[in-house]
Amino acid sequence: MAKGGDVSIPLASVFSEFGGAIEFLFKAQPSDLDPNTKVGGVSEMLGLLLNHVALSGAAVAIGTAIAIPLGLYLGHHGKGEFAAINASNVGRAIPTLVLLTVFIAYIGVGFVPIMLALALLALPPVLTNTWVAARQVERETVDAARGMGMTDSQIIQRVELPLSLPTIFAGIRVAAVNVVATATIAPLGSVDSLGTPIISGNVYGADGRLGAAIAVSVLTLAVSGALAALQRAITPKGLKMGAEKPRRRFSPNLRRRETATP
Amino acid sequence: MTLAQVQIQKREGGTCEANNGFCPDWIADNLDRYVDPFLQHVFLTVTSVAIGFVIAFALALLAHRKRWLLPPLSASSQILYGIPSVALFLLLLPITGRGSVTGLIALVSYTLIFVFVNVTTGLDGVPKDSVDAARGMGLTERQLLWRVEVPLALPEIFAGLRIATTTTVGLAALAFFAGAGGLGEEITRDKGFQSNIAVAGGLAVLLALVLDLLILSVQRLMTPWRRAAM
Amino acid sequence: MKALKTPLAILAALLLALGLAACGKDEKKEKGGGAGSQQSSSGPPIEKVPGAESKPTITIGSKNFTEQYILGNIYASALKAAGFKVKTSLDLGSEVVAYKALKQGEISAYPEYTGTALTAFFKVPVLKVPKEPAPAFEQVKTRLAKQQITALPTTPFENTFRLALSKQKAQEIGNPKTTSELKGKTADLKISGFPECKKRVDCLLGVEKTYGLKFGGFVASEEKYDVIENGSADVIFGFTTDGELTTGKYVTVDDDKKLFPPYNVSLLMRNETFKEIGPEGQKVIENVQKPLTEKIMGELNSRVDLDKQEPEKVASDYLREAGFTK
Repeated sequence: MAKGGDVSIPLASVFSEFGGAIEFLFKAQPSDLDPNTKVGGVSEMLGLLLNHVALSGAAVAIGTAIAIPLGLYLGHHGKGEFAAINASNVGRAIPTLVLLTVFIAYIGVGFVPIMLALALLALPPVLTNTWVAARQVERETVDAARGMGMTDSQIIQRVELPLSLPTIFAGIRVAAVNVVATATIAPLGSVDSLGTPIISGNVYGADGRLGAAIAVSVLTLAVSGALAALQRAITPKGLKMGAEKPRRRFSPNLRRRETATP
Repeated sequence: MTLAQVQIQKREGGTCEANNGFCPDWIADNLDRYVDPFLQHVFLTVTSVAIGFVIAFALALLAHRKRWLLPPLSASSQILYGIPSVALFLLLLPITGRGSVTGLIALVSYTLIFVFVNVTTGLDGVPKDSVDAARGMGLTERQLLWRVEVPLALPEIFAGLRIATTTTVGLAALAFFAGAGGLGEEITRDKGFQSNIAVAGGLAVLLALVLDLLILSVQRLMTPWRRAAM
Repeated sequence: MKALKTPLAILAALLLALGLAACGKDEKKEKGGGAGSQQSSSGPPIEKVPGAESKPTITIGSKNFTEQYILGNIYASALKAAGFKVKTSLDLGSEVVAYKALKQGEISAYPEYTGTALTAFFKVPVLKVPKEPAPAFEQVKTRLAKQQITALPTTPFENTFRLALSKQKAQEIGNPKTTSELKGKTADLKISGFPECKKRVDCLLGVEKTYGLKFGGFVASEEKYDVIENGSADVIFGFTTDGELTTGKYVTVDDDKKLFPPYNVSLLMRNETFKEIGPEGQKVIENVQKPLTEKIMGELNSRVDLDKQEPEKVASDYLREAGFTK
């Protein structure tokens, strides 16, 4: 029996499981079910990776395309504080699995429903950060722009948007990390992603499942790192060196400069 | 000996249940099947947030004293958070096996970042004047921490705790990948059945809201001076 | 303390509501009488096996779909009725996970399909699996014995794949009776199966090769019949014991080239557990599965998939209706 029998943790077997998983990523091997079907290897994993990225990219793009204009508009006019600020917090409370299955149960399976569910996941962090950033633009700056004869929409586009970009980007990063991580369970809704070997465990075997888990972790960390670098690159020097150093913290109330940025 | 019969019913589909619809009668009759998964979900959430809070709080105090620890600790908690939860549950399986222990380890690792970051920023945000005044009154470093710095950082600390809790409720819905049960298991058992999704999903959201409200209330009790600001 | 009252009250109300629901469990009204009933062979009520109480706890596992939940519960309840201490672990996932759990002793036994055991555990190519149930089971038994696992005798029913389509679609393409007759008619048809079907030789891959069919696309989904209903696909991989097939809304085509291997269920048990339960325990298992014909298994699956009853309840109702328990 498991208890008592082998007390020593088989460290070697743990290593070999991870070794097998990594080998799966680079070398196609016979499926557990049928030696004639090859699974894994660079070409299949690349295909899944592309699908994963396309799905997540489309979702983040749509979520962002809705959230930024909405956040700027609401922020500029000082409206919708309750919605914008609570969106993130309530959004967190909805399990991603529930969000996905609600779309499956009520809309259906396939690329579009799953992508929309993920877009909905991307919306709150971007909306909240855009709203907060737009509110943080100093009134003097806005008044000066108005004094120069700019219209509201010009102020939003030429003053508030550029000044808000770093904070908005922080929101996009949160959204992207969440979406890329959640796209792992997209195969439940009939869309292939790096999660496919995890969901179709029988075909891909234990190595495939673990290999996919490693691949998807690396992808998420890479996306997070890349967006962090991009965020630093687009932050104007003045803001970076500013006397008031933006402090990072998480707050459900988000009445602060920088918001949730894992 | 009784003559045994298994009732074979003629079904033509078309009932609310057979159509996987939203069926109030079915929900009323079947609430009991959600009791155990719900309690498992509460257990997973509360236990992992409690453990995670203790670990992250201790690490944050350590980093507060020894500043050089801050960057590595903060970076590692960020990396842990960056690993997708499904992947982490699976990565742990070869090491810790199936069951709630694996689920708890993964969930705890996700709470760390919220508590750690907020405790450290909260402590950093304590006005220098208050610290100096307390030192002037002859408080030791330990007294300074517990009587001045931590109380003044409470709003930040509670904010971190709230986010950690709501996030954990959501992530615990995936803990069934590690064989740890919870509402997620009930959801995936019949994920095309609208009534099932509505009840199991609704319970998860409700749990998050109630726990959030509970923490907020405790916060108000502990920080009466901040009540106006909330 | 005022601030705490509201959330605590909500939490209390929530727990109370769920608690009440749990209490009302036994008073649930039974669904209206059946349109017919099936007489079936069955043994006398299960009798206590002497000394069963003193044996180690038996853990019955199952994979993660309806029929497996029901079977797991039937075996577990039957052994419990015979006096054994029984635990269940009924959501193990795929056969790969379940088999590993069995070999490592996390579970003592779980029901598996003969065809699946040969192809998944021993890498027997699907087309090399014996076409008749008895030799297939013999092979499972011999091979598992080397792993210190006993394969108990099989159920009467087998649960194999059948291509199913809506009655209307079948009419449109000229009411095919066999899978071979689908040839040349499938280019516009989308086919759906559970996600891994696409790459399984005993699923889409095999159907395409053996029958030379090409479909207009594969939709991965575990919601079999819903996929037809909402128009996402036209043909699905049904199971012969699916409850939905009894509603008359769907037609199936025969596997005329015998692609799919036999899939009878055998309870796979660790040797030490097999010794613990002894011949009387084994008899209990064999008896409770005797009435499980394709029709009855289909009925039990319907109760879960169509009536949305709990597998635990369906299993205990079955044992009662078939006369094994009171």
